[in-house]
Amino acid sequence: MSTTAPQADSTPKPSSGLLGGLADWFDDRTGYRALVHEALYERVPGGARWRYVWGSCLVFAFMTQVITGLVLWASYSASAQTAWESVYYIQHEMAGGWLLRGIHHVMAQAMVVLLALHLMQVVIDGAYRAPREVNFWLGLILMQLVLGMALTGYLLPWDQKGYWATRVATNLAGLVPLVGPSLQQLVVGGPDYGHHTLTRFFALHAGFLPATLVGFLVLHLTLFRKHGLHAKQPITKPDAMFWPDQVLKDAVAMLAVMAVVLGVILMPALRAMLAGEPIVTGHLGAELGAPADPSQPYAAARPEWYFLFLFQFLKVFEGWGASGEFLGAIVVPGLTLGLMFLMPIIGRWKLGHRFNVAFTLAILAGAGLLTAMALHEDYYALWADKTAYADVEELLKKTGGDEQQLAAALGNDEAKLAEFEKRRHEYEAIRKSEAFLVAVKQAKADAERAVDLAGRPEKIPPAGALSLVRSDPLSQGPLLFAQHCASCHAHIDPAKPEAAAIFAQASAANLFEFGGLVWARGLLDPEQVAGPAYFGNTAHSDGDMVSFVTDELSDPDLWKPDEVEAVIVALAAEAELPTGGASADLVAKGRGLMADTDRCGSCHAYADNETELGYAPDLNGWGSREWLVGIITDPTHQRFYPEDNDRMPSFGVGSNGGPPTLTEDQIGLIADWLRGSWYRPAGH
Amino acid sequence: MSEHTKADPATEGRRGFITKALAICCGGLATLTPVGAAIWAVLDPLRRTAGAGSFLRVADLANLPDDGQPRQFPVITDRVDAWTGYDAEPIGAVYVKREKGSDTVEALSATCPHAGCFVEMDKESKCFRCPCHNSAFTLDGGIVAPSPSPRPMDSLECQIDKSGSILVKWQNFYTGIEEKVARP
Repeated sequence: MSTTAPQADSTPKPSSGLLGGLADWFDDRTGYRALVHEALYERVPGGARWRYVWGSCLVFAFMTQVITGLVLWASYSASAQTAWESVYYIQHEMAGGWLLRGIHHVMAQAMVVLLALHLMQVVIDGAYRAPREVNFWLGLILMQLVLGMALTGYLLPWDQKGYWATRVATNLAGLVPLVGPSLQQLVVGGPDYGHHTLTRFFALHAGFLPATLVGFLVLHLTLFRKHGLHAKQPITKPDAMFWPDQVLKDAVAMLAVMAVVLGVILMPALRAMLAGEPIVTGHLGAELGAPADPSQPYAAARPEWYFLFLFQFLKVFEGWGASGEFLGAIVVPGLTLGLMFLMPIIGRWKLGHRFNVAFTLAILAGAGLLTAMALHEDYYALWADKTAYADVEELLKKTGGDEQQLAAALGNDEAKLAEFEKRRHEYEAIRKSEAFLVAVKQAKADAERAVDLAGRPEKIPPAGALSLVRSDPLSQGPLLFAQHCASCHAHIDPAKPEAAAIFAQASAANLFEFGGLVWARGLLDPEQVAGPAYFGNTAHSDGDMVSFVTDELSDPDLWKPDEVEAVIVALAAEAELPTGGASADLVAKGRGLMADTDRCGSCHAYADNETELGYAPDLNGWGSREWLVGIITDPTHQRFYPEDNDRMPSFGVGSNGGPPTLTEDQIGLIADWLRGSWYRPAGH
Repeated sequence: MSEHTKADPATEGRRGFITKALAICCGGLATLTPVGAAIWAVLDPLRRTAGAGSFLRVADLANLPDDGQPRQFPVITDRVDAWTGYDAEPIGAVYVKREKGSDTVEALSATCPHAGCFVEMDKESKCFRCPCHNSAFTLDGGIVAPSPSPRPMDSLECQIDKSGSILVKWQNFYTGIEEKVARP
């Protein structure tokens, strides 16, 4: 403190009154007045300026993180079965939890921006030069600590986003020569990601890093006060005191930062309000993805936006293998940081200072450019016109991408081939972006579903939210269907315009709302039964059922229309699906026709009609969960198609004593999903 | 600020006051935002209640001998702990006894009314004893003086349903006070 305000009178005067007396007593024992005076009456050469506010804003942002972080800590539970769950509870069930978490999340991002501004101001003003070199280095260390906290905090919700981003980050740490694999294992807390990854990251995020940061911050501020504020030259105005002139500017800037943070959090609420939609506070502030699942791909994985430039930078080294990644993720950033540490020495020369400024601006501009490139690549499909590349798509489809065939198709013309390659590249970029956007949309749907499930009255089972998602027909059904059923069966609403094209490619019945009224009506429709949505593409296309529907059922002399309708509702009733308000009499009439050995019952076993099983599928409980589980488990069972099963595998029966393709639970999930039987939150 | 410059002290003093007031307001407002959010969230547990006491099945009347001897039964029910829902979990214990020839029962909560410890049955001395501060109670739940407990053991309402199950109204009471007051 070589520059304490000489004019300010710091000798305490005896105060009057009880409060004054108390203050005197306290000052005698602590000397607090001198401390406050020391803190507030710092000379600001050339007067208060807006460009000095960034340091104070960073301290303010850090204090905000400490306050919100401590309270988040009071509700957070770091383990693989409770991290997502406790964050869900904070975000969706705790009063004000969404605001608390939102402030913590958005302020973390504001801190990164403030860091960049502070650094820029210090470098441009040359504030790093003698005698402030050490303080500049302390600042660079603080910057890394803040980035470290950002990186570790990202994992703590244990959602898909944080989980996969952390896997990438820790795998990159494993690229460090010699110690890499051990380093990675230490950070991860073992050979695999789990409880100890969370406890370690949490200890780093809430203990080690902030404690270290406070230590360095104290040093940083002490040195700042020791050398005084580095004034922007030339000084044109008279000096002022830190209090209240600079404090006012700092306070206004802090308030502005907080306003921006709140603005980011509340913007969706405002938008919903203007659109007249209800505001769901759980959707405000920080996102919470679906629970981390190492068994599910997560194509929407991206680091937080302030690390996007590194992510994009790594793409430069694509094709270089591990050494390229090492170069891009560790060597180049390391060298850049090393050079920044040398700035105070380089800056001793006038040209050196100019270099430093140019270098800092270039780094920031480069990072900005890389971020823009990353965003452009990801969201390209939003504005690119894919139809302009229809010819490329067609040619690729025709040739299967084979180089020689392509060359031949383009007449072996070098120029044409080069032009095609260029356009093919652009086409691939659109497709990549499309895939990313689909993944983002899916991730959002998965996240919403997980939150819906967690909000059930029964709450989350002790095994965690992932077990809920894994036993949810709506989440798992489409995945299992795509994997095991969709190679033959379609699953699409026949009313959709693209349905016809999908039916044409399928080689078995469309299972959309199987067993329901619409499905049953189509089955008994002479126009549809032999179509591709039913038996058309199967071995049963000329079977007895098809000829029965086309020949007999369509004959009003044999089957009155209300009789057909009765069978349709009886089938839906048998499947335990909605019957569209059909009367009990109609259902009973349909059931009678189903059992009648002159009607359906001549082939199908139903009720007590004594028709033998084996010739046609059992109509008892037709389309019900139990029936569906049965046919998926073993379609060659006596109840279904013991003689003429058409290609359908017995998913629940292991061959040669091995395990079956699908477990009982998985088959149940498929059946429940087909039947539309899953948890629906109230109000949906 | 008036002491640092030579401007008119009155104007300067007013300007200084406004600057200081504004600085405190802006800084205060900025700081109070996270503090407010933090307080809001910290107070969340006050919104939560245990729910009204409900009758839970603890045993079958047929399995409880009518010898006037209290027996300990776990109280089992579904339980929600913040985000986790547990199916059929023991959440506490009761002592239930049946007098000779009676087809009704009496139940006592195993929670000590003094400080909430688990009261054990001392079969040798034929009394209940709390291991924490040595409160002792008779087998009817009455205080054995001198005792740190301000009131007898808490009796719980009982019912016998049609199937012969003993149902006990499970409630927690405030401890350390003379009156028996159920927690909300």
